[in-house]
Amino acid sequence: MTTNKDLVTSQRLRQRQAKATFFKYFCIAVTGSAVLILGILLYQIISDGYRWVDWQFMTSYPSRFPEKAGILSAFVGTLWLVSLTALLAIPTGVLAAIYLEEYAPKNRWTQLIEVNIANLAGVPSIVFGILGLALFVRFMGLNRSVIAGAMTMSLLILPVIIIAAKEAIRAIPNSLRQAAFALGATRWQVVRAHVLPAALPGILTGIILALSRAIGETAPLIMIGALTYVAFLPESPMDEFTALPIQIFNWTARPQETFHELAAGGIIVLLGVLLLMNALAVYIRYRGSKS
Amino acid sequence: MSDAVPILNALDLSIAYGKDDAVKNVTLPILEKKITAIIGPSGCGKSTFLRSLNRMNDFIDGVSHRGQILYRGSDLYAENVDPVEARLRIGMVFQKANPFPKSIYRNVAWGPGINKLPGDPNERVETALKQAALWDEVSDRLNDSALNLSGGQQQRLCIARALAMEPEIILMDEPCSALDPVSTARIEDLLFELKKKFTIVIVTHNMQQAARVSDYTAFLENGVLIEYGETDQVFTRPKETRTEEYVTGRFG
Repeated sequence: MTTNKDLVTSQRLRQRQAKATFFKYFCIAVTGSAVLILGILLYQIISDGYRWVDWQFMTSYPSRFPEKAGILSAFVGTLWLVSLTALLAIPTGVLAAIYLEEYAPKNRWTQLIEVNIANLAGVPSIVFGILGLALFVRFMGLNRSVIAGAMTMSLLILPVIIIAAKEAIRAIPNSLRQAAFALGATRWQVVRAHVLPAALPGILTGIILALSRAIGETAPLIMIGALTYVAFLPESPMDEFTALPIQIFNWTARPQETFHELAAGGIIVLLGVLLLMNALAVYIRYRGSKS
Repeated sequence: MSDAVPILNALDLSIAYGKDDAVKNVTLPILEKKITAIIGPSGCGKSTFLRSLNRMNDFIDGVSHRGQILYRGSDLYAENVDPVEARLRIGMVFQKANPFPKSIYRNVAWGPGINKLPGDPNERVETALKQAALWDEVSDRLNDSALNLSGGQQQRLCIARALAMEPEIILMDEPCSALDPVSTARIEDLLFELKKKFTIVIVTHNMQQAARVSDYTAFLENGVLIEYGETDQVFTRPKETRTEEYVTGRFG
C-alpha cells in the first residue's frame, strides 16, 4: 500500500503539533502542582488533627486542658453568624442585582455603581472589619455581638452575591423577556415568572459560594473583637460569640503542641462544612442545567 | 383601496436609534381583519416599524420616534396610554420561536392567567391550540416541556400563546424565517384561517410568502415606504420601478 504524499505530515505542521503538545503538558504540569500542594496541605492537617475529631470534640467548650477542649461554642457561633449573614445579605444582594439588571436605566450613575460594586468585591476583608468596628460595634452600640459580626460579614459578601446574581440574570436571553412582555405582562410579572426561575440555579450557586467565604473569614471578626474564649452559647443576636476560624486562630497561637493538633481538628470540621456547602452548590447547578 | 377606518395607522412616522433614522416619514394604514405584509431588503427598518406598533421598541435604549401611530383613531403613544394595555390588544410573534421553558399548557395559559382573562383556562388553551393548528399534535402531552417540540411546532405554540390573549391585532416578525418549507406552509395556511378573526401584520423577506398570504403589501427600502397597495397590484402592476425590481428579484 502506498501513502498519498500530500497526507504525510509536513515539516511546518510537525512544528505546530509539537507546540500544541508542549502546551498540553504545560497545562497538566501547572494543574498537577496546584493539586499536589493542596494534597500535601490536606494530608498534614488530617494527619495532625484526625485523632481529635470525635463526638467529645464537637460537644465540648474550649478548655485549657487539651483533652477536654472542644469546638461547641465556635461551631454554634459559626452557625449563628452564617444564618444571620444569610438573612441580611441574600435578600439585599439579590434585590440589588434585580434592580441593576432589570430596572435601572443604563446611564453613568448605574455604571459608576456597578464599577464600585466590582471594586468592593476586591477590598481586603480587614477593611470591612474596621468599618464594622467603627459603624456597628461603636457607633450603633451593638458591641461584640453576633449581629454586629453578621452585619460586617454581610457587607463583605454583598458585592460577591450581587455580582453572581447579576451574571445569572444577565444570562437569561432577552427573547424570553420579550415573549412575556408581548403578552401584556408588567415588568414585575416578567421578572417573577420567567427571569428569576431561570436565573435561580446561578443565583443560588453564587449565594452558597459567598456564604462559604463568610464561614472562612477570620480577619474582620478579630477586628470587631469576637471573643476567643467562650464557654456559653449565644441565645440571641445581641449575645457575644466566637466562630470556628477564631477558635482555630486562638489554638494555633498557643505554644503547646497539642493545641496545634486541636487547631488541625478544627480546620477539618471547617473544611467539612465548606465541602458540604460547595457540594450543595454543585448539586443545585447540576439540577438547574438538567431541567 | 377600502374606505374602512384603519385599526392602526402610522402617520408620518420616523423612528431613530440615537440620531440615525431607521424609519423615515412612513404613513401606512393597517386595515382590520386583513393581512398586511411588509417587505423589503434586510435592514430596511421593517422590524423596527413592526415593533413600534405594540411599543416593543420601548425596551430598546435610545429609540425615539416622531410622528404618530393611531390605534382606532387615538394616539398609541399618548401620555395616558399604558404600554401593557396596548400589548394586550396587539400581540406579537417573533422571528425565532421563543417558548417559555415550561410545559406546553403553561406557555399558553400564562398570559391569560396573569391578565385574569375570564372563562375556563383549559378551554382557552384548547381553543388557542386548535386555532394555531397544534392541538392534534400536542393534546395528549400538554404537560411536556415546550422545548421538546420541533421548531415548527414551537412557532405554532408561540402563535397559540398570542392567540390565547384574544388580541385584535397580531404582529409577526418573519415568523417562518427559521422554518422548513413544510412548517412554513402550515403556518401560511393558518394565516388564512386567522384573518377571519384577527388583523395580521407580517414582516417577511420572502416575497412569495407575501404574495401568497397578504391582502395588502408595503414595500420599504432604507426606512422609506416606497409603495403600498393591494398585494395583487404591488406584485403585478407596481407603480414604482424600485418595487418592480425588488419583487421580480432583481435586487434584495
